[in-house]
Amino acid sequence: MTGEPENRWDARAIVLLPYLWLIVFFLAPFVIVFKISLSQTELAQPPYLPVFDIDGGWAGVIEFITQLSGDSYQLLFSDLIYLLSYLKSLQVAAISTMILLAIGYPFAYGIARAPRRLQPLLVMAVVLPFWTSFLIRVYAWINILQRDGLLNDVLMRLHIIDTPATWLSSDTAIYIGMVYSYLPFMVLPLYASLEKMDDSLLEAAADLGCPRWKTFWLVTLPLSSRGAAAGALLCFIPIVGEFVIPDLLGGSETLMIGQTLWTEFFSNRDWPVASAIAMTLLVLLLVPILFYERLQQRSLEGGR
Amino acid sequence: MLQRASPFNVVSVALGLAFLYLPIIILVIYSFNASRLVTVWGGWSLAWYRELLQDVAIQQAAWISLRVAALSASVATILGTLAALSLTRLGAFRGRLLFSGMAYAPLVMPEVITGLSLLLLFVAIDADRGFWTVVIAHATLSMCFVTVIVQSRLVGFDRSLEEAAMDLGCPPFKTFLTVTLPLIAPAIAAGWMLAFSLSLDDLVIASFTTGPGATTLPIRIYSEVRLGVKPEINAICTIMIAVVAIGTIAASLIAKRGAARRERAALGAQV
Repeated sequence: MTGEPENRWDARAIVLLPYLWLIVFFLAPFVIVFKISLSQTELAQPPYLPVFDIDGGWAGVIEFITQLSGDSYQLLFSDLIYLLSYLKSLQVAAISTMILLAIGYPFAYGIARAPRRLQPLLVMAVVLPFWTSFLIRVYAWINILQRDGLLNDVLMRLHIIDTPATWLSSDTAIYIGMVYSYLPFMVLPLYASLEKMDDSLLEAAADLGCPRWKTFWLVTLPLSSRGAAAGALLCFIPIVGEFVIPDLLGGSETLMIGQTLWTEFFSNRDWPVASAIAMTLLVLLLVPILFYERLQQRSLEGGR
Repeated sequence: MLQRASPFNVVSVALGLAFLYLPIIILVIYSFNASRLVTVWGGWSLAWYRELLQDVAIQQAAWISLRVAALSASVATILGTLAALSLTRLGAFRGRLLFSGMAYAPLVMPEVITGLSLLLLFVAIDADRGFWTVVIAHATLSMCFVTVIVQSRLVGFDRSLEEAAMDLGCPPFKTFLTVTLPLIAPAIAAGWMLAFSLSLDDLVIASFTTGPGATTLPIRIYSEVRLGVKPEINAICTIMIAVVAIGTIAASLIAKRGAARRERAALGAQV
């Protein structure tokens, strides 16, 4: 083809803008977080030391490097609060993801089995709450779970309990909030993988005399495993760092790591420790994030 | 799947939908409750909506949120569409791995990390925090959602249409404008809407990156909610839900009509 070289150059220019944007506003910030996690708290503006000074030249760079310290990380590993927060976050994320799988799978399976013309409508019904504010959805549960809220009212009227039970400020409330908020993220990838499945496989199994449960176990489940993995990662990773749900629905005894980071930053104004928490969290989530990225690339760029 | 739905399938869908919608329906109903208490039904009333009309702080926050959402969604749509085009059309280019990694990562990155890192960037470059820093932060967050939506559309469409145009001597840029763009327009529109609602929704990243005079609606609602349930909040939430529901239904109707028109046009072309 004629004019190919210029065309290719033209085409390549389109990547520059998003590339630069992501480097400046996504990658560079992580370098800064890493740097500040090695700084020390200081009563100043900005509240950390050393501040990198480009005018100092080489001597400035060397001085800067010698002032870096691992104090914040040492604190993370010596104070039990942080370790407990990480463990709590992982526990909440793991259990929530399992509940989400248990609820989301039959839900997505049911939608995939619904009559063809109903399916888009059902998918939209699952997506619609996702478009309303996250905050609103969590807030809606406060209405229900609070001490003089609806749940206690209903339970007491049905004489299941005599005195109002405490639902809010508990782990139960956190799990309810997580499952409620992340359900669409689980159902949609599952539905996408179930809907694509070839019917003739199920028919073949049935023709060969395979019982339905066994067909499900041997055919349906393995074929939908990619959807299940995508859904699980799409829920697990953000839940580990979740802030709003445990803050509004959870109790104060054990904090999740997102809350600990928030407190260190906004209340204690300890930027280096907050940065160290963020870096550690990132390292913790690196494997699931990379795994998720591979799934995403495969599904968007064709099976490779 | 063409197999008949079993009772189990029907029940699980019904229960799932009930679980998703009951809390929202309860919230909407109680926004019309004359009583301040959640458990006491005091009859229908618009009192909390009237109170909202007098709440200047909430109105200001809503106005700021809407402007942030519109601006950041527009920036995110341009960046996300360009990123999607690069990832589907450029093939291998230097730094592709890093680029695709960065393009999908914000999708799952915990918000506290994104928020903190952007704030520290703004502090490091000594930028005044406020309206514009929130816009930049939201654009960065939502561009990856736009990328995924537009990319899935680009992967799914017939490239022979573009090739036909080019073979007939249409220059590449014109081909893009007259063939590619109209074909991916619905995905771009969906991406913009998603980016808009993500921005309107975000509390964590906005809290980190905002400054004096740029209190967004979620930040405002959050500070009220922390103090307990207030019927006024039910009212503002109901308004937001109504706006979102109407917007989504309108968008899907427009998309449906567009699809029908395209189908008719295609049939006409065949005849």
